[in-house]
Amino acid sequence: MIGLENIEKRFGDHTVLKNVSVEIDEGSVMALVGPSGGGKSTLLRCINLLEIPTSGTVRIGSDALTFHPGSKVATSAIQKLRRQTGMVFQNFQLFPHRTAVENVMEGLTTVLKWPTGRARERALELLDKVGLAHKADAWPATLSGGQQQRVAIARALAPSPKVLLCDEPTSALDPELAEEVVEVLSQLAREGTTMVMATHDLRLASTIARQVVFLDAGLVVETGPAREVFKNPQRERTKRFIATLTQEAKGGHD
Amino acid sequence: MPHWLQLMIDSLGPLLWAALIFTAPLTLLSFVLGLTLGLVVALIRLFGPAPLVPIVRFYVWIIRGTPLLVQLFLIFYGLPSAGIVLDAFPAALIGFTLNIGAYTSEIIRAVIGSIPKGQWEAAYSIGMTWQQAMRRTILPQAARVAVPPLSNTFISLVKDTSLAAAITVPELFQASQRIVATTYEPLILYIEAALIYLAMSSVLSHLQGRLEHRLGRYGGYIEAHK
Repeated sequence: MIGLENIEKRFGDHTVLKNVSVEIDEGSVMALVGPSGGGKSTLLRCINLLEIPTSGTVRIGSDALTFHPGSKVATSAIQKLRRQTGMVFQNFQLFPHRTAVENVMEGLTTVLKWPTGRARERALELLDKVGLAHKADAWPATLSGGQQQRVAIARALAPSPKVLLCDEPTSALDPELAEEVVEVLSQLAREGTTMVMATHDLRLASTIARQVVFLDAGLVVETGPAREVFKNPQRERTKRFIATLTQEAKGGHD
Repeated sequence: MPHWLQLMIDSLGPLLWAALIFTAPLTLLSFVLGLTLGLVVALIRLFGPAPLVPIVRFYVWIIRGTPLLVQLFLIFYGLPSAGIVLDAFPAALIGFTLNIGAYTSEIIRAVIGSIPKGQWEAAYSIGMTWQQAMRRTILPQAARVAVPPLSNTFISLVKDTSLAAAITVPELFQASQRIVATTYEPLILYIEAALIYLAMSSVLSHLQGRLEHRLGRYGGYIEAHK
């Protein structure tokens, strides 16, 4: 189980997250939705501590770290928690100087000190899973955006994290390429991968997520099962937001 | 055979010898040591520790703001008055190392800073420590961007080692001066010395191209037009 308790995040005088508490069940998928600047990306990055919460508790499985304003948490403790997570970024962020398979192997060989042969075997299995076994030796610069994102998913999954964090995984892709990424992520969801994703993509959120958290101005406005929040939002703010998303999805160019 | 050609052929041996045992070692050693110093200075300027930052900034300020020839004179002729007596070659080596350290630190600082923050985050996200991220992700990408400006510095250095003649290092240029002193043929000898510097720089430029090509094999950048 992943738990965020009373998370507060301030950048200087600006409070980005206000007392946010969220729980994600193992094997479940949660979507963080809401307008830009609402705090969903920051919340996601608080789970793997790319952003350090000003205060609050982050819990992954049996490990937990509590933060207080003004006190520093040891880097080793941050790393221990972070190593139970994997992350997929909006702009893929593959290592451009390593081939696809080397990207996937990197966490295994450098961090977990696996021997190269074993790491390569696992990396090839994962590339096969995302449909890119034939691109194992390709440089990232030669892959399409969708292919790069699928390699990035394989890289994030390689060390078998307890949770896969996806930060706008389809936002940088045109609809066709986004589709192949959505397919891979739904496949993972069906297999019971625990995932948290910050997304604007209604299709992604509604097809994959079981739980939805709607964040606006650093506050949880509404939370509940995905189907209910999308079909029958309770709060006015959520209704308006979902209406704009639906319009975008339908209209696109008008 | 014309006189000038005979003179050039006769002097070629001593000149190349001086290049081989003084110019080349002085260049290579001070570049390697200076680059190491430059990396340390760049890392301090980018990542601290904070108390050292003003010290390294002061160092870069002094070295870049004063002439190399004056620095060499200070080390070789000046320091003995303070009780520090150095042989000519070590004095030159120290001078050039400090110089290369200051200039390359700025190059290294810029190229490390040019690697997108997302690459650090990607490295951290798969569990890397700061050191692992630096060594495996940031430096290899920074190295590629650094090759052209560092090559500039290296090629300048080969030629700048001629300044060591002024503090009695018997390198290539001083060897040519000595032959001029006995033959009274400055035009021919200095042209010959210039041609040898030109040849060394050309070899380095060629190696730079090969290195760029090798480091650039992963694509995504525009390569120099051949």
